[in-house]
Amino acid sequence: MTAAPARSRAVTALLVAPAAVFFVFLLIVPLMVVVVFSFGERAPAGGYSPAFTFDNYLNLAARGKAFVNTLTLAPLATLLTAIFAFPMAYFLAVKVDPKWRVMLLVLVMAPFWTSQLLRYYAWIMLLGGKGIPAWLAYIGIADVRIINTPWAVLIGAVYGFLPLMVPPIYVSLEKLDKRLLEASADLGATPIRTFFQVTLPLALPGVATGSMLVFILLMGDYILPQYLGGGKVFFIGNALVDLFLQSRNWPFGAAVSVALVAIMFVTIFFYMRFVLGKTGTRRAALV
Amino acid sequence: MTKDKNIITPQQFIDELRRYQKGSVTRRHFLGVTGLGLATAVMGGAMPGLKPRKAYAALSGTVNFTTWPSYFAQENIDKFTADTGVKINIAVFGSNEEMLAKLQAGSTGWDVFVPTNYAVSTYKELDLIEELNLAKLPNYDASTQEQRFTAEGIIDGKTYAVPKDWGTTGFVYNSKSMPQKPASWKEFWDLAMNEATGRAMVHDYQLTTIGNALKYYGYSFNSNDEKELAEAEKLLIAAKPHLFGINSDYKPSLISGDAWMSVCWTGDATQLQRDMPEMLYVLAKEGGEIWSDFYAIPKGAPNIEAAYALIDFLLTPEINAKEVVAHGYPSTDSRTNKLVPKEMLENPILYPAVEALSPLEFGAAATLTNPLRAEIMARFKSA
Repeated sequence: MTAAPARSRAVTALLVAPAAVFFVFLLIVPLMVVVVFSFGERAPAGGYSPAFTFDNYLNLAARGKAFVNTLTLAPLATLLTAIFAFPMAYFLAVKVDPKWRVMLLVLVMAPFWTSQLLRYYAWIMLLGGKGIPAWLAYIGIADVRIINTPWAVLIGAVYGFLPLMVPPIYVSLEKLDKRLLEASADLGATPIRTFFQVTLPLALPGVATGSMLVFILLMGDYILPQYLGGGKVFFIGNALVDLFLQSRNWPFGAAVSVALVAIMFVTIFFYMRFVLGKTGTRRAALV
Repeated sequence: MTKDKNIITPQQFIDELRRYQKGSVTRRHFLGVTGLGLATAVMGGAMPGLKPRKAYAALSGTVNFTTWPSYFAQENIDKFTADTGVKINIAVFGSNEEMLAKLQAGSTGWDVFVPTNYAVSTYKELDLIEELNLAKLPNYDASTQEQRFTAEGIIDGKTYAVPKDWGTTGFVYNSKSMPQKPASWKEFWDLAMNEATGRAMVHDYQLTTIGNALKYYGYSFNSNDEKELAEAEKLLIAAKPHLFGINSDYKPSLISGDAWMSVCWTGDATQLQRDMPEMLYVLAKEGGEIWSDFYAIPKGAPNIEAAYALIDFLLTPEINAKEVVAHGYPSTDSRTNKLVPKEMLENPILYPAVEALSPLEFGAAATLTNPLRAEIMARFKSA
């Protein structure tokens, strides 16, 4: 790094200051509070009582099922979302006329303009007794139960997070150099082989970024399993809501939160390793 | 009318009128001698618009009212705002624990909220509610309330909460979808796991769900005995795969036909039966829960005057009767019950026979705050 004059360093510091203040007060301090709470004890009528004990962390296994549920459904939902989002993004980036691209991309994001809760209620009706199961019964497949099962949660997750997964993949595919595809065809590869050996690897950073976004949001979600799982699907988010608002065991809830944050950090670590490659420099852009 | 022979005759009246018009007598004399002054005063006293009313002029701003879903009549809310000019912000919660958690965290900004009987003592212990000044609630008459429902609002002789209504927790089933006629918690749980598999719901609420599982074995609804709770937990976990859902918002699923049975509160049963006469409410033979809800004012309420005015307004018998008609829960106040329509008074859901009520138990404060029960509920939901 070249020696920057003191003045320009001061200017840089000032420009960075607002973001730094934001992060310190809205991220670091609350996280510190959570960590301090996690070592405390539950007050007799609920809440936090100052103490220093590791009991909450030792007791994490009591919510082990919630972690297992989340860590099986969230990656599965992320994978499914990626599988559904990729063709959509590919179509938008490669096949669609440039003048329609932005409008279609806006349409993909349009569901985010509506209330998330409203969309979940729509799914409750669609997946309930009078919706899709009724249509299936009409064509002969009787007694299908979708709502209030993990399948409903998967469907809701894929539907809800699709608009989040499409843009990163779209961006990475849009930057694809078409000449590479031509070169691959010239060298004798079939379209399928070109796709798997050229297009997909080049789009992978976009898929990774989109997956990261969806996975992290899913890990903390509690509304989705509550509404579409009918209270029978129990995620870490549900455990947290229960601990803070129902059983009011804030220290234990804080410990579960810290565990959740730790899992996210591990995931992000592997994501960064993948994107930045082993040499530490950027192997590819983040998208 | 009177035996007084000195009633003014028509001719005398006209004479006096002419004298007044010419200015020979004062208006006061005229009004006095014709009796018009007295007549007007009597009429004025009888006009409803001119009757003396509460000093609403002192109220302003908004009042934040925290209550339960489908638990008030919109027309009453609108009337309060029209009468006093105070806007009402309504927040809705589904459980006492949530309200308690919010109040413990502080700075809720609530003026009036609705706790259930077993929560009031916890609120007083944590010093979260105001002692009520009954002088500011002239429409509340403690003597016309059923005593067993007011008792938990009065701690050490001081009133901390006034009763709003009462109710029971039983279960409701769709008699068109189910040929069986369950009448006990044993039948409810057995049906839920067998013939009605995938069609039964329980509340996402530790008190009623664990309580009614305890009832399957005939134990007390409020039991905090570890062995009994362990048996209840076994039943719950065995039943879980068969349940349609664990949700305190069970009406939509019952209405759409996805669920056939659910643990249910009185007023929800009233409302369901209005739209679907085939929904039958059962107070189980082994017992269940009887409860009463109260109005209370949290400490630090921003608009205390309006809070008192709102509670007083909602407890006025005529207004309270409209509330009962709207939400379908019976009132604790005998004056209000006199004004409720006859069909509702005869509805066994709202006003069950005394024998049906006797096995029911009031929830206890210790049941609400027991951490073991919370753990059981969490294990049940994550199973």
